[in-house]
Amino acid sequence: MRKTVLLAAVAALLSSTSAFSADKVLNVYTYESFTAEWGPGPKVKAAFEKTCGCTVNYVSVEDGVALLNRLKLEGKDTKADIVLGLDTGLVADAKATGLFAPSGVDASAVKVPGDFKDDVFLPYDYGHFAVVYDTEKLKTPPKSLDELVNGNPDEKIVIEDPRTSTPGLGLLLWMKSVYGDKAGDAWKKLSRRVLTVTPGWSEAYGLFTKGEAPMVLSYTTSPAYHEIEEKTTRYQAASFSEGHYIQVEVAGMTATSKDPALAKSFLSFMVSPAFQDIIPTTNWMLPAAKMDQPLPEAFNKLVQPAKTFLMSPDEVEKNRKAWVAEWVAAMGAK
Amino acid sequence: MRPQRGMTGERMGGALALAFILGFVALALVPLLRFGSAGGLDAQIVGVLKFTLLQASLSTLLSVVFGAVVALSVARRPQLVGRVWLLRFMAAPMGLPALAAAFGVLAVWGREGVFNSVLSFFGVATKFNVYGMTGILVAHTFFNIPLAARLFTAALDRFPPTYWKLAANLGLGRVSLFRLVEGPALMAALPGVAGLIFMLCATSFTLVLTLGGGPAATTLEVAIYQALKFDFEPGRAVFLVLVQVVLTGLVLLFLAAFPTPAEERAQQGAGIRRFDGGSLVSKVWDGAVILVFLIFCGAPFVAILVDGLRADFPHLLADPLFWRALSTSAALGLSAGLLALILSWLIAVARISTASRVFAGGLDAGGSLILLTPPIVLSTGWFLWLKGGGGFAPYVLVAVINALMALPFSLRVLQPAVLSHFERTRRLSQSLGLTGFQRLRIIDAPALSRPLLMAFFFALALSLGDLGAVALFGGEGFVTLPWLIYARLGSYRTTDAAALTLILAAVCMAFAVLGTPSDRRQGEAGR
Repeated sequence: MRKTVLLAAVAALLSSTSAFSADKVLNVYTYESFTAEWGPGPKVKAAFEKTCGCTVNYVSVEDGVALLNRLKLEGKDTKADIVLGLDTGLVADAKATGLFAPSGVDASAVKVPGDFKDDVFLPYDYGHFAVVYDTEKLKTPPKSLDELVNGNPDEKIVIEDPRTSTPGLGLLLWMKSVYGDKAGDAWKKLSRRVLTVTPGWSEAYGLFTKGEAPMVLSYTTSPAYHEIEEKTTRYQAASFSEGHYIQVEVAGMTATSKDPALAKSFLSFMVSPAFQDIIPTTNWMLPAAKMDQPLPEAFNKLVQPAKTFLMSPDEVEKNRKAWVAEWVAAMGAK
Repeated sequence: MRPQRGMTGERMGGALALAFILGFVALALVPLLRFGSAGGLDAQIVGVLKFTLLQASLSTLLSVVFGAVVALSVARRPQLVGRVWLLRFMAAPMGLPALAAAFGVLAVWGREGVFNSVLSFFGVATKFNVYGMTGILVAHTFFNIPLAARLFTAALDRFPPTYWKLAANLGLGRVSLFRLVEGPALMAALPGVAGLIFMLCATSFTLVLTLGGGPAATTLEVAIYQALKFDFEPGRAVFLVLVQVVLTGLVLLFLAAFPTPAEERAQQGAGIRRFDGGSLVSKVWDGAVILVFLIFCGAPFVAILVDGLRADFPHLLADPLFWRALSTSAALGLSAGLLALILSWLIAVARISTASRVFAGGLDAGGSLILLTPPIVLSTGWFLWLKGGGGFAPYVLVAVINALMALPFSLRVLQPAVLSHFERTRRLSQSLGLTGFQRLRIIDAPALSRPLLMAFFFALALSLGDLGAVALFGGEGFVTLPWLIYARLGSYRTTDAAALTLILAAVCMAFAVLGTPSDRRQGEAGR
């Protein structure tokens, strides 16, 4: 008897995220920080399950890039109904897999800077990349990308590697948007201020908060986290006069979904206030559609970019390798 | 048990272990070839190769030299107070995830680290900049000097006590003692130790990128990760893995070509008396060496401790997710440790009972080259076979991958001990007619309990700190401690991550204590 109980407990532990008895199951593939206990995942699941008569089942991987790779590995056998967490840079690649179906959801509710429009992928939140600085260490933060590039080499910045991380690629595209053909030279100058290049955002932000460098490449929304969760205004984002590059996070439904109607209703829910209300203080990004509640005060104080840069997914896809090579050459030759 | 040709139980076991390892790796690579082309060696990859070789060679050289210096001093002091704790400490850095170690190292050597505070206290205006080759070397030696010192100390401690007595009677001086006794013992262990460290440094990823200062510091491992992740060209990843295997294989061959003097060993480590450490100069030297070693490798741990203690522990410990991560990590570590122990035992025993050089070489390579296939490549390949797989599959898979990653470590602990033990007891077991499990139970297990324990806990600590294999499966109710640390870091929760790192380091230290029992307990176990 006790053995059976133990076995059942083990089985329950192993399948803790899979469905039990509900008739309909919606499999949502996403990234880990979405499903973390402090992320939007648990609240989104609870809110959607109230109305759908279904069970939401998350499958989460490291990040957006890993998400797309997982889908490519699974191909047509994928169990995913919804893929949530790609960004605009990955959209062209994702469409090319042929695994996604047009959502058919009315996108008029969606409002993001840079006017991203797509019949397959629907934005659910966005954020601008920004240089976040430590006000205790840096009294005069750069006011433009140009000031960052040409500034005092003793005031360092930690950046992410575009070969291994999305923010790293974001800065690469930002520099390209501003400097065009001269981006290589600008990188060469900036490299004097780069303390180090980390494989991902976590390492870079960790170095920054440990005080190794007074600046880090992050998001305009980062200060909101510190203000709301840690009650400090020490870390602020620098507003750049040229404008900021945007990261729009999107979701889409698969062509292989067994219940396309349910998948579609999730996407509609995603751009409704019930979902959008959850986003700011759990995913620390800005809502892509109307909320019912007012945006928390800390978000109203964030940097509002004068201009938004966003390259078309096709352009990114076509040039990424060449631009990364240019980056490696410029940064390596310091 | 004289080396023979043909199949005996011992060699059969080794062949099975080898087939399992090679099969597991090969099967993982096959499905990846379906995706994308292999590509060739372009100029960028050649540059990466050069840098990989350079930093790995320098890291290995420094680790081995300083590891040997520390080992000589520690071995000369068998009666040193707290010696067993020193040995335990040497096994601790291994269990740290690379990122935790990087933060620890930077707390000491970084721009705002302790070292720079000391410099500015003494009025030095220029800041010491660790980023670049210096940072890579500091981090790699932090990990590997203790490893080398541990393995070299074991080699010196295995020496027959009569040698030290004889050396004292003959009145051998410092130089002669090194040339005739210590040197040969270190040389015998050198290819194994240096090969292992070279592989670890060549495949280093997070440390090289984070401390390297920019893309000029890129290892082949980064290119493999890039191919598998951002570019999604698994075929190219497989090609780069093969390049890595061939390149490092050549280095290992070169190391194996060093003349290895036949070791003559008799007793176990317990009861050594050294007669050569009496002079004041040698006492001061040994004391200084051990002190510097402790400061260099201990300081990052102190930083981790200080950083971790700031966290809200009651809150953290109340989190059921933490306990699930801890128990999953422990269960994975135990299974991986056990599997690594069984495989390394089979390989070590087969290795000394074969006369075939090809088979011996195969066993050596099979037990090592696994480190050159990144866990993310193995798990991606197996993911394709298992079609994602539910239930137990990811657990088994991650345990096997961790076990294989730990194998080179456990093998280096076990193999020399098994060799000297079998040489010593060959006649005894033959005359008693003991074979197989009987022999294992009566003769081998009691005498080898110490290296067996050490090999097991080495493997355990190593798989505790591993993140790589979990990455693809993590999140689906599959949570380990390193995974949790990265997850917290990935969402601004730096303090939580620091506390979890401290807990992980403490768990590793606890396992290191279990892996190196004190002499008194060893005496009881041997009875």
